[in-house]
Amino acid sequence: MNDLRELYQEVIFDHYRKPRNCHALGCANHKAEGYNPLCGDQVTVYLKVEDDIIQDLSFEGAGCAISTASASLMTEALKGRKVAEVEHLFDDFHHMVTDAQTVPHPALGKLEVLAGVREFPARIKCATLAWHTLHAALKDQRTPVKTE
Amino acid sequence: MKIDSEILRRWADTKPGVMAWRNDFPILRQEVHGKPLVYLDNAATTQKPQAVIDAESEYYRCINANVHRGVHALSQRATDDFEAARNKVRHFMNAAHSEEIIFVRGTTEAINLVAQSYARPRLQPGDEILISAMEHHSNIVPWQMVCEQTGATLKVVPIDDAGEFMFDAYAQLLNARTKLVAVTHLSNALGTIAPVERIIELAHAHDVPVLLDGAQAISHLRVDVRQLDCDFYAFSGHKIFGPTGIGALYGKAALLNAMPPYQGGGDMIRVVAFEKTQYNDLPYKFEAGTPNIAGAIGLGAALDYVSTIGIDAIAAHESALLAYATDLVSDIPGLRIIGAAPHKASILSFTLDGIHPHDIGTILDRAGIAIRAGHHCAMPVMQRFHVAGTARASFALYNTHAEVDALVAGLREVQEMFQP
Repeated sequence: MNDLRELYQEVIFDHYRKPRNCHALGCANHKAEGYNPLCGDQVTVYLKVEDDIIQDLSFEGAGCAISTASASLMTEALKGRKVAEVEHLFDDFHHMVTDAQTVPHPALGKLEVLAGVREFPARIKCATLAWHTLHAALKDQRTPVKTE
Repeated sequence: MKIDSEILRRWADTKPGVMAWRNDFPILRQEVHGKPLVYLDNAATTQKPQAVIDAESEYYRCINANVHRGVHALSQRATDDFEAARNKVRHFMNAAHSEEIIFVRGTTEAINLVAQSYARPRLQPGDEILISAMEHHSNIVPWQMVCEQTGATLKVVPIDDAGEFMFDAYAQLLNARTKLVAVTHLSNALGTIAPVERIIELAHAHDVPVLLDGAQAISHLRVDVRQLDCDFYAFSGHKIFGPTGIGALYGKAALLNAMPPYQGGGDMIRVVAFEKTQYNDLPYKFEAGTPNIAGAIGLGAALDYVSTIGIDAIAAHESALLAYATDLVSDIPGLRIIGAAPHKASILSFTLDGIHPHDIGTILDRAGIAIRAGHHCAMPVMQRFHVAGTARASFALYNTHAEVDALVAGLREVQEMFQP
């Protein structure tokens, strides 16, 4: 039960019930769709990038507690960040949710609440779906991102 | 009500059958995350009794050789056992002849075989294939592919809000352009038993052959292909306590004889010359290459196992379990059962308000309970009920009423965790 509590922390439930930045973004200049074929979860990530800075971002889509909270937390964490910084954060985030030996990078801040995912290999894709989609949006990838 | 249920549960689980059956499955004697395993994902695959494990390992320890060729003793034994397994399948389905049983990898390959060898050469632009709205992807996509290849059209019989096959709509859709009806015998996502006898009768009145997808039905319902009078019946060994990678296609000999081979290679030929090759007789015409010999023998052992218990005894036990589970979960606030047809078997598909099926699956897993969460390879069914996915508990002969209680307790835990 302890690792379940570790996974389903209050912050996760909070972001699942009241996802932040969960809407389409009219002024977006980058957008991508992500899809997890395993569970059918879909997410769309919208970005407004100017001068290599993420001025605004949002997401839309229905998913489980982990994927919704992860998308919500991601949008909160990245607003105002430089694009180059985002790539580093994605790397750090990916390490945190896949490698039990890694100590979460301090730069991850609040995103650290998702560290519990690494005890649940079947759920890693839920946590990374929004991030993969963000990555595709920055690259203006037209075909939807798949987690498998 | 609750006291009655408690008495019923205790009585049911102390019946000699269930506990003895359970003991036949070594995998069930284990803990998962420190809790006794409660395996309720039988619609995905069933566990294997010791008899099946022994049959496979006995084959590799003592018999292994290629079939239908060598003159040596092992090859003869392997051939005898392989063909004996075919005869067990014939007997289990009550087919008239063992050459009407084609060994394949599973239901999916069986359906693809019929799509490519039966349907493809016959279909003309404008012809129609009729399926239902509760099909597994494996009884949708092979038909879409053959429609694309031939210009034929795929038509879909709708299901109602309870998840029942809409027979009147079926009667409307069946017409002179219909060349084949392909429906599931038992829906994997809903548990609905399709009215296959009536479906076949009406199709035959229009001279249209019928394929039944028996992937789910085979381990829960009596399958008598001669009584059903179906033209093709497909099933997978692993859904009836047999190995993975083996299954069977039943087809009426007259239809199979008129079909070209599905794949070319060894075993499916009589004479090969560069000018012309003569194909082998049934069933070998459809079994190119070295078959899954151990798998077929394991499947034979699984069918023996089921026959010894009796499919009717299994069906009665599972139907009691499903009724008990349906009754208990109906008391859970926010739980919606997806699929409420009056004729159902072995499958309980549901959603919980505000909780994604994947989260249900993860939390139950930590309680040792294995269920399936997602679209169950039946995305059109999910769309029909406006859900992204469901949680699905599916029962087999070795499941107990106590395990249903564990599931219900687990679901209450899930709700507790998600309570604001």
